[in-house]
Amino acid sequence: MILTPEQEQIRRVARQFAVSNIAPHVREWEASGGPQRELYQQMAQIGLMGMTIDPVYGGSGLDFVSYALAIEEIAAVDGGISNVMAANNSPVALAIETHGTAEQRTRFLPRLCTAEWLASIHLTEPHTGSDASAITTRALRDGDEFVLDGHKAFITAGSTSDVAMIVARTDPNGGKSGISVFVTTTDNPGYQVLTKERKLGHRTNDTCQVRFEAMRVPSTDLLGPEGKGLSIALGGLSLGRIGCAAQSVGGARQALRLSKQYAEERSTFGKPIIEHQAIAFQLAEMATEVEAGRQMYLHAAALHDAGQDSISAASMAKLYASEMAERVASRAIQIHGGAGFLEDHLVEKIYRDVRVYQIYEGTSEVQKILISRHLDSLDM
Amino acid sequence: MKVVVCVKQIPDPALPGELDPSTNYLKRDDKLILDESDSYGVEMALQLVESAGGGDVSLVSMAPNGAVGGLRTALAMGAEGAVLVSDAALAGTDALGTAKVLAAAISRMSPDLVLAGVESSDGYTGTVPEMIAGALNIPSITFAKQIQIEGGNVKVQRQTEAGYDDVECPTPALVSVTAGVVEPRYPSFKGIMAAKKKPVEELDLSALGIDSSSVGKNGARQETVQVTDAEERQAGEIIEDDGDAHEKIIEFLGELKVI
Repeated sequence: MILTPEQEQIRRVARQFAVSNIAPHVREWEASGGPQRELYQQMAQIGLMGMTIDPVYGGSGLDFVSYALAIEEIAAVDGGISNVMAANNSPVALAIETHGTAEQRTRFLPRLCTAEWLASIHLTEPHTGSDASAITTRALRDGDEFVLDGHKAFITAGSTSDVAMIVARTDPNGGKSGISVFVTTTDNPGYQVLTKERKLGHRTNDTCQVRFEAMRVPSTDLLGPEGKGLSIALGGLSLGRIGCAAQSVGGARQALRLSKQYAEERSTFGKPIIEHQAIAFQLAEMATEVEAGRQMYLHAAALHDAGQDSISAASMAKLYASEMAERVASRAIQIHGGAGFLEDHLVEKIYRDVRVYQIYEGTSEVQKILISRHLDSLDM
Repeated sequence: MKVVVCVKQIPDPALPGELDPSTNYLKRDDKLILDESDSYGVEMALQLVESAGGGDVSLVSMAPNGAVGGLRTALAMGAEGAVLVSDAALAGTDALGTAKVLAAAISRMSPDLVLAGVESSDGYTGTVPEMIAGALNIPSITFAKQIQIEGGNVKVQRQTEAGYDDVECPTPALVSVTAGVVEPRYPSFKGIMAAKKKPVEELDLSALGIDSSSVGKNGARQETVQVTDAEERQAGEIIEDDGDAHEKIIEFLGELKVI
């Protein structure tokens, strides 16, 4: 895909920011659990936190291609930070802009776009992930309020976010149409962080279990119509998959770049290892796979921007890119040899960071279900 | 206050560059980006106008192929508009020719202050800013680390090896800005989209009244005769510390006459 000059500029600025303001600190932030809020506010000043949101609400009003390009750049230096950026932008801010009331847009969006507030999305529960309709978190109406009770798991930014987008069951017998979405602030006494998880990767953000205990929220915090929660939540996930594919490409691309650099510096049998065909061909294959993944997510984003159906393309991009990222990161470690197994080299971190891309925003298996349902619409 | 900033658009230093064997000049066929050393001039100009509470920052640049990518970056940072001198006859222009062309474009803009980077990151002659001042017959101050406009004067802290000198001259003047003295702002995404609509006036040599034979490769009085690879750096000496390493290091630095 050929980018517009503005898309290229946006990518360049995002890269410059990532390389100068994030990359030098990632190891320190892995150890400390994440950057200070200030980093996200600096990202917001450029426009990274509300990229596609209408400028009326403080966003940058950009297309989804630009957003995905920026996500790739941030993910290339740190997966965990790109994930917080993605949660803020694509499921939460976008859902509020699309489904929110004027009051909700005015209350939440300007603060999300400046990162005065960060957002988290609460869908998954300990017993249910892929089968989102099986959630048991309840939200029962009590006058002008809803009372939320339940337990959510794998919540990115669960303890650091200020805004929670919560998917809960408002009708115990309503099946798929008994589910609603709430958008509310986390400074509620009923919002309780149970644990901060210890993780393989994405150690620069907090993944939490959260309990809602008799958590009272005003009915004005209901996002969209009561009972339409599942389609609001899953609609956002489809776009989130494009972002996840871009994150995957970011990690893979960085692993490739580091491998090429290492292969030029490291010599065996009297010459740099990049001059051994065994290594050069591996790099060629890795580069081809990275580029294929990139074109797939760009195509899915371009379809969305053109108002066309992007569900299947997004799932394919996410499935391919996330699995590709693990392959490429693994080969990157192989090229580094024993050095790649050490924390001295970033390929070790990338290998850990990219693994989750095959799981969140719908596992590889879920993507295959979605793609197989759309086989008839493919050009075969 | 009207500030004009000279900006150069150069091939992306992150990509492997290539020399044209017939001219020994860097090939400039690809997309060009804003020279980082000029981003300090742009930032300084924006800060001056902001602290003055108003004014205008304009850009001037020269490129044989009509490239605007680097200008758009500086516009996205906040400059109001740009003048681009673009003419096929400019290919191969030397430093003096460049200064003449930029001076002709700047004189039409009537600025109070002209800012430039000390030197470009690709050519490194470091002579163009002062030659522009010469061609415009205005005073020039080099190596600025801080600039203030007071009344009809520009006051500059001029960086030296030991610290800085305070120097002052009447405006209009040209000041070259040392790299690294301010932190160039990131262009915001809104700025990038707004830059698309900002005016870039494109002028050719005839619009500036410049005879095309006086510039370009034919008009150049300077020629790059030969380019050779820099000598590979020799491996340094490793001093094992048996308790007296500091003495050996002091001795080594003493031989180099750095202490």
